[in-house]
Amino acid sequence: MIFFIFYRGLQNSNIYTPTIQNEKSIPNFNAKVFETDKIINSTQIFEKEKFYLLNIWASWCVPCRDEHSYLIELSNKKNLKIIGLNYKDDVKKAKNFLEELSNPYNTIITDKNGTIAVEWGAYGVPETFLIYNRKIVKKIIGPLNQSSLLEIEGLVK
Amino acid sequence: MKILKFPVILIFFYSLIFSNANSSSQNEITKNLRCLICQGQSVYDSDSEFANSLKIVVKQKLDEGLTEKQIYNFLEDRYGKWILYDPKFDKNTYFLWLLPILLFLIGGAIIFKLFIIKKN
Amino acid sequence: MASLLGSYSLFFGLCCSFFIFFYSLKDFNVYNKLDKKILSFTFLQFFFVVVSFICLVLSFINSDFSNATVFNHSHTTKPLFYKVSGTWGNHEGSLLLWLLVLTLFILLFLIKSSKQPKKYIILTLLFQQIIIIGFFVFLLKTSNPFSHIFPVPKEGLGLNPILQDPALAIHPPILYLGYVGSSIIFSSALAATTLNYISKEWAKDIKNWVLISWIFLTLGILLGSIWAYYELGWGGFWFWDPVENVSLMPWLALTTLLHCILVLEKRLILTSWAVILSIATFTLSMSGTFLVRSGILNSVHTFANDPQRGLFILIFLFSLIFMSLFIFLFFHKVENKNTNPFFWLSKETSILINNWFMMYFLSVILIGTIYPIFLEVLSSEKISVGPPFYNKLIIPFLVPFLFAMMVGPKLKWIKSDLQNKFHLVLFLIISFFLSIFIVSKLDINFLNNTILFTASFYLFFGSLRDLIINKFKNLSQGIAHFGFSLLILSILLNSIFSTEVITNLKIGETFQSEKFKIKFEKVDYKNEQNFQAIIGKFEIENIDGNSLTLKPELRIYNQPNIVTSEADIKTNLYSDKFITMNMVQNQDYFNIRYQIKPYMIWIWISVLLISFGGLHSLFRKKI
Repeated sequence: MIFFIFYRGLQNSNIYTPTIQNEKSIPNFNAKVFETDKIINSTQIFEKEKFYLLNIWASWCVPCRDEHSYLIELSNKKNLKIIGLNYKDDVKKAKNFLEELSNPYNTIITDKNGTIAVEWGAYGVPETFLIYNRKIVKKIIGPLNQSSLLEIEGLVK
Repeated sequence: MKILKFPVILIFFYSLIFSNANSSSQNEITKNLRCLICQGQSVYDSDSEFANSLKIVVKQKLDEGLTEKQIYNFLEDRYGKWILYDPKFDKNTYFLWLLPILLFLIGGAIIFKLFIIKKN
Repeated sequence: MASLLGSYSLFFGLCCSFFIFFYSLKDFNVYNKLDKKILSFTFLQFFFVVVSFICLVLSFINSDFSNATVFNHSHTTKPLFYKVSGTWGNHEGSLLLWLLVLTLFILLFLIKSSKQPKKYIILTLLFQQIIIIGFFVFLLKTSNPFSHIFPVPKEGLGLNPILQDPALAIHPPILYLGYVGSSIIFSSALAATTLNYISKEWAKDIKNWVLISWIFLTLGILLGSIWAYYELGWGGFWFWDPVENVSLMPWLALTTLLHCILVLEKRLILTSWAVILSIATFTLSMSGTFLVRSGILNSVHTFANDPQRGLFILIFLFSLIFMSLFIFLFFHKVENKNTNPFFWLSKETSILINNWFMMYFLSVILIGTIYPIFLEVLSSEKISVGPPFYNKLIIPFLVPFLFAMMVGPKLKWIKSDLQNKFHLVLFLIISFFLSIFIVSKLDINFLNNTILFTASFYLFFGSLRDLIINKFKNLSQGIAHFGFSLLILSILLNSIFSTEVITNLKIGETFQSEKFKIKFEKVDYKNEQNFQAIIGKFEIENIDGNSLTLKPELRIYNQPNIVTSEADIKTNLYSDKFITMNMVQNQDYFNIRYQIKPYMIWIWISVLLISFGGLHSLFRKKI
């Protein structure tokens, strides 16, 4: 019995990823807008009964470069707004990053000390949340790829 | 069996004395949180980006007037039970908390029985 | 070349086992002295393992990257000392070291215990050989330290820099001496049970092995703790990390066994208990190996994980447990209960109480360590069990334990009265008021801290008095118990009086607090053999005018490319001043953590005292 439990335990991965409780309400927070430094409340960003994609990114994060093309592809979708959460970044470098790779975001808010990311339950960059009606529909940890792109496109209808 | 009741009650009250220690500082709370990206370190001990943000969040929440328990609930809600080093007493952890104490009582009973036999 | 030789000699070493088995069984029923051939083959086996170990060391020194182990764990620019210590700083090499100690210890056992009954010696040897064969097969099948790679790489992957440290270089060998020493206890307990030879003579014979492994285990844990204190960089010395727990569990079992053996030696009671403990000690050492090496646990200390290895140890471990349970249940004869009565107030009782509490502490740690694994498999719920759990379950029980430890050693065998009640009461009153005096000044929970302090001061004064009064009578116990009380007291004082400042500073800035000033003067850059160092210079000025300079480092290692933070610690008898600095992403300031940790050195000294008590007991026997 104990042998069996240890045996099964061996096969479990010991890398922890928080499980997503679907349909969770999004947090309420205030944040600075990237371009203007104005403070904005989350209810002003996320309107009811609409699709949003919140993407946590930083210019120093290497995988963020890899996923950028997918974000640009998603930004062409009419009924999906992409919100960028600029995580612990230098404003100049972040601007260069967007100039170099173009800007897929409708709105960018800054998270200088990482506290907003914690409100969302994120623990690294990049992470992406699909939001509908102020509820989290889908959470993707790590960079986006072809399959997660298709999944998002399937969910946003 | 009657004799067993006494030590149980004693242990219960005794552990009450030790369990009411309430920590309300940022350091104490972050010591009880597991840093998720650096397996096996507490948030307090870690210098990773995630841990540093979490330290700030805990401080903010304390300033907002949240209690230690509320902060733990806030974080558990977002990151799951894994983040708490101090497992809550619920149906998943009955055995974890009670088994050692049960073993302690059984051990005591065995020693006690040894004397009863010896005396007679 | 060296790899080839090492590989072959491992194989020959395994072959020796079969010869030993053959001659032992042949010799078993012959009534005369032990067959010389058995001793020669045991020596030969040891010799082969030594040769193979030396070969591995040579491969590391010569940076022979055709050897996979060397390639994975070494690098040409590494200093010679760490090339050598790298031999056992990895999974394969450390197992070879295990094997080396296993064969060495059984050889020593054969030489030392030659006056014991022949059947007992042979059976112990056979049980030990089962373990040795298990390790040989494990080594050759799943973790051969001599596997070849072709084409030969030009450069190795390097050793994890946090392992490049003097304390950690000698920590594994010492810890293994402790772990492996328990294998002899295990084998001989099984042999003695089979032959119904659990006797005072057996207790005398085995007591030295218990002491030896206990001393090494204590020192091994101490070294690991010291290393964690200054290398992991946050000033703690015990984290209730699973890997630390698995080294503490055999230690607790061994300590219990040590006390139990004393009773057995004097009074021949508790025999079943002693056998169970002997089995438990080695089983716990093996489970520790399983838990650490299989990667089933989350821990700061990680070895390269391979589920196949885990499975092998798991099967091996369970066959050993099964075998020992079988032998225990079928061969063990319960002692006649009525022949050895004892009174409730006696040394026996106090040792029983010691065993009772020790077993409780052990069960807390065992359950805390493996419960998450069970829960995850059974309900796929992931939980963490950390320091708060252990503190909550252990600290309340520590208090009665300390009181019992104060009274216990004063009792006599069989039946005893408490003499000198006066000083017992006096000490209690002194400790109580001293504790109130200390605790009331501080902003901490009054009730539980007073109780804790009273208990630790009480034991401290009591054991100090014992040490002074019983100068020559039972000095080893006096030293060890005094060491333990000092340990508890210094941990307590340390945890309560530690202060800490965490701040961000740019070069040239000053941090000001009520009691001291931290000035960040400058950083220097230095190139070492295998890393580049950024050395900060900090000037700490206390309010009383004293100042000191601390120079913490950031090391950027070239291979593998890892940044480590080296603390700078100034130690004196009263406190440690501890500073670390860290880089912050995208910022021009450094994160500074400055800590004052009082009585830190006394924690180390007290553990040394504890093991010195054991050492004294070991050598007193021989004179």
